[in-house]
Amino acid sequence: MEQGKAIVVTSGKGGVGKTTTTANLGTALALLGKKVCLIDADIGLRNLDVVMGLENRIVYDLIDVVEEQCRLEQAMIKDKRNENLFLLPAAQTRDKDAVSEVQMQELIGELKEGMDYILVDSPAGIEQGFRNAIAGADSAIIITTPEVSAVRDADRIIGMVEAEGVNDPELIINRIRKDMVDRGDMMNIDDMLEILAIDILGVVPEDEGIVVSTNKGEPIVFSNNHLAGKAFNNIARRLEGEDIPLMDLENNNSFLVKIKKFVGLN
Amino acid sequence: MVISILDKIREFFTQEEKTDSGSSSVAKERLQFILVQDRIKLSPQQMEEMKADLVEVITRYIEVDKEKIDMDISREEEKMAMVANFPLKKQRK
Ligand SMILES: Nc1ncnc2c1ncn2[C@@H]1O[C@H](COP(=O)(O)OP(=O)(O)OP(=O)(O)O)[C@@H](O)[C@H]1O
Ligand SMILES: [Mg+2]
Repeated sequence: MEQGKAIVVTSGKGGVGKTTTTANLGTALALLGKKVCLIDADIGLRNLDVVMGLENRIVYDLIDVVEEQCRLEQAMIKDKRNENLFLLPAAQTRDKDAVSEVQMQELIGELKEGMDYILVDSPAGIEQGFRNAIAGADSAIIITTPEVSAVRDADRIIGMVEAEGVNDPELIINRIRKDMVDRGDMMNIDDMLEILAIDILGVVPEDEGIVVSTNKGEPIVFSNNHLAGKAFNNIARRLEGEDIPLMDLENNNSFLVKIKKFVGLN
Repeated sequence: MVISILDKIREFFTQEEKTDSGSSSVAKERLQFILVQDRIKLSPQQMEEMKADLVEVITRYIEVDKEKIDMDISREEEKMAMVANFPLKKQRK
């Protein structure tokens, strides 16, 4: 079997959607029939299990594996909806120094044998936790929101990712609001790409459905009624090499859009 | 007739959409400026040192008015540039 690909999902600024992206992209890839393992590398602030709705299945965690308290397979939680999907949870009561970059590389190397994709949810920032998360990665996805501070920090993290030898990171712009872009109150996609000089992997709209899905512990990609779910499904297919244009961020079912289509504005 | 009504509707919907004066252009400009400073990675002290070095080199060849030297990073049309101004010393009679 061909070796899997390890992708780190990271950002400079916190709270921009790394965990949401990891959960949804992983689920979307699994829905495409790929074998996927998600790693929560946010040691001490474990979150991915909750977003995935797997929090009460955890017995062992990543630190237990590197300290050889258990075997890797024992710590991997199988997703309840998809048998191709696994989660390796972070330790909640330890800190990031409990694991080293070399240990992360070894761990990911081992996972690559049996998986198509390994997605690593990185903690925010530029400290040791970030370096651990990127240690075993073949490529990187940078998340930003369309705000000055988030894009600024994205620029910094792109530089650091490249300095760590991970080339050609790609960008996901999260929480974009088409109405605000249209009236000139939110930076548009082209502006951000020009400024950051980076390739775009996808754009995810602001979507209330994300909050609901997080409440339930059910990734939003299961519902194609939500634009954000659709956006993540598109991104997964792009990772698989399909050529899918960036989506039109308007909700196609809205009355206004229908009228606009009718008068030839779309 | 139908066409002209459609045109009116179209006008109505485009009006709300095309405004360039929103805060996004301010955001873009600020961001570009911030990133130039971030990417250069020079501390204010290093900037001063570079300034002193440049002055030393230039005064080796021409006489400049050291008090009035002006050096800064700024916007030049679409690009960022470091602009330095070395006023020549007034010619002595
Ligand atoms: N497209 C979106 N629409 C609406 N809400 C969103 C969207 N993306 C993320 N959120 C919300 O934003 C919050 C932060 O998201 P998330 O936890 O994924 O960010 P993070 O980058 O992992 O944060 P941290 O840096 O703390 O790890 C969450 O409450 C999430 O539900
Ligand atoms: Mg997170």
